[in-house]
Amino acid sequence: MSEKPILEIKNLYKWFGENHVLTDFSLDLHKGESIAVLGKSGSGKSVLIKCVIGLMQPDKGSINVFDLNVPDLNDQELDKIRVRIGFLFQSNALYDSMTVRENLEFPLRRHWLDTKKQSVDELVMEALENVGLKETVDMMPSELSGGMRKRISIARTLILKPDIILYDEPTTGLDPITGKEISRLMVDVQKKYNTSSLIISHDLNCVNIAADKVVMLIEGRNYAEGTLEELKKIDDKKVKQFFE
Amino acid sequence: MFYNKALDSFLEEAGDISRFTAKFFREFLKPRYEFSEFLRQCFYIGYKSFGLVAVTAFIMGLVITIQSRPTLVEFGAEAWLPKMVSISLIREIAPVITALICAGKIGSGIGAELGSMRVTEQIDAMEVSGTNPFKFLVVTRVTACITMVPILAVLAIAVSLYGAYLGCNIHGVVSWKLFWNQVFETNTFSDVVPAVTKTFFFGLDIGIIGCFKGYFSKKGTEGVGRSANSAVVISSLLIFVLDLVAVQIADLLGFT
Ligand SMILES: Nc1ncnc2c1ncn2[C@@H]1O[C@H](COP(=O)(O)OP(=O)(O)OP(=O)(O)O)[C@@H](O)[C@H]1O
Ligand SMILES: [Mg+2]
Repeated sequence: MSEKPILEIKNLYKWFGENHVLTDFSLDLHKGESIAVLGKSGSGKSVLIKCVIGLMQPDKGSINVFDLNVPDLNDQELDKIRVRIGFLFQSNALYDSMTVRENLEFPLRRHWLDTKKQSVDELVMEALENVGLKETVDMMPSELSGGMRKRISIARTLILKPDIILYDEPTTGLDPITGKEISRLMVDVQKKYNTSSLIISHDLNCVNIAADKVVMLIEGRNYAEGTLEELKKIDDKKVKQFFE
Repeated sequence: MFYNKALDSFLEEAGDISRFTAKFFREFLKPRYEFSEFLRQCFYIGYKSFGLVAVTAFIMGLVITIQSRPTLVEFGAEAWLPKMVSISLIREIAPVITALICAGKIGSGIGAELGSMRVTEQIDAMEVSGTNPFKFLVVTRVTACITMVPILAVLAIAVSLYGAYLGCNIHGVVSWKLFWNQVFETNTFSDVVPAVTKTFFFGLDIGIIGCFKGYFSKKGTEGVGRSANSAVVISSLLIFVLDLVAVQIADLLGFT
């Protein structure tokens, strides 16, 4: 692709003391594209996307989003790009002292003044409809099942209609059927709003359904990339592990 | 030379808490005030602790009166009972008891709540969605503590005096009017002002320590428990230290 990527990670390094988690990781994400980062547990996938959203500071390297280098931004500038990036937490991170409605309204708070109450309601309902859980609007997160919580969490990520969505293991901890449903939901969302997504996962089913391209994160770097089919053909022990 | 690991980590923590407090004041002044969250916290704190504070204060008033009586009788100064008891209740016992109860109830609650929000990444989620979590969670809770602890302390003073009134009437007879007359004769403005002023600082202490411990909670459920626990221990200890300082300052300023 010739056009400029909207997310460009270049030579990223991150280490915690002696633990070198990311060493020279690079990745490009284009508009409308959906890339999965595959890696085993503890390989630094969560660390990677936390760097992208500015929750962690990388030790070296650049992360260009909408032509801004994330590690250099101050809080106000970060806030501005965060509105355009959705982040789905591995643990869902629903606010458990708030109802589903309040959870969804929370990202809208900063626009409180210029959105009317009615349109806030509409946005909440639209987001819930997208994930098929309209009836839960007045429930507390603790009353929902794991899969429902994941959906609500996706709805909360979607409510600002971000340009990029970062999914941190959207299907772990779910049964295969629900996992598939969530993966299809991700595809629907991507089509509907023409977002780009970066999907962190080790669930091949999910990757198969939701991603156009796969990047293998092994030993802290971009070890191999291509479509799932291409990767399956690679004759390398570390890559093969994933497909056995 | 005098390197000591425990002392070192103590000083480090003290430094972190001071920085946290400074950040609280900075963020407090910056606009985008989370007023509704502040009110919610105030209501929550008042609602959660009022019953406990009232019962404890009432019993304290009653018990201290009953305990003080024999000594005064020995000196033939039984008539001084309301005066003596009300001084210690107003100046010392009611404010400190209130603060300790709030430290146990609110401080641990805040520590556990923020701690579990930290552990389940809810604080990160707030940050990602463009809300300043420090402002939304910490500033509102600390200001609510600073507002509510003095109010609770004043209520505690009133309730404990009522307890003292009943205590005076177990053996002797002291009329309602005489009791309050005596109370207001001995306790003037200069007794009440330092007593209430220090509760603002108790509130600050409870809020800051609870938030600090929760906000920087370690991962895992154990971390949350530890946050709640050390929030109570440290803020209770600090209450006594602040009390000591407050007495000295009041003394220097001539509030005796
Ligand atoms: N805040 C932190 N402080 C120190 N080390 C950390 C921190 N966060 C992550 N690490 C380390 O970074 C490594 C990668 O962690 P990360 O959470 O990114 O794994 P992951 O690939 O997301 O795994 P999983 O699939 O289990 O979620 C781990 O070895 C972990 O110990
Ligand atoms: Mg992870």
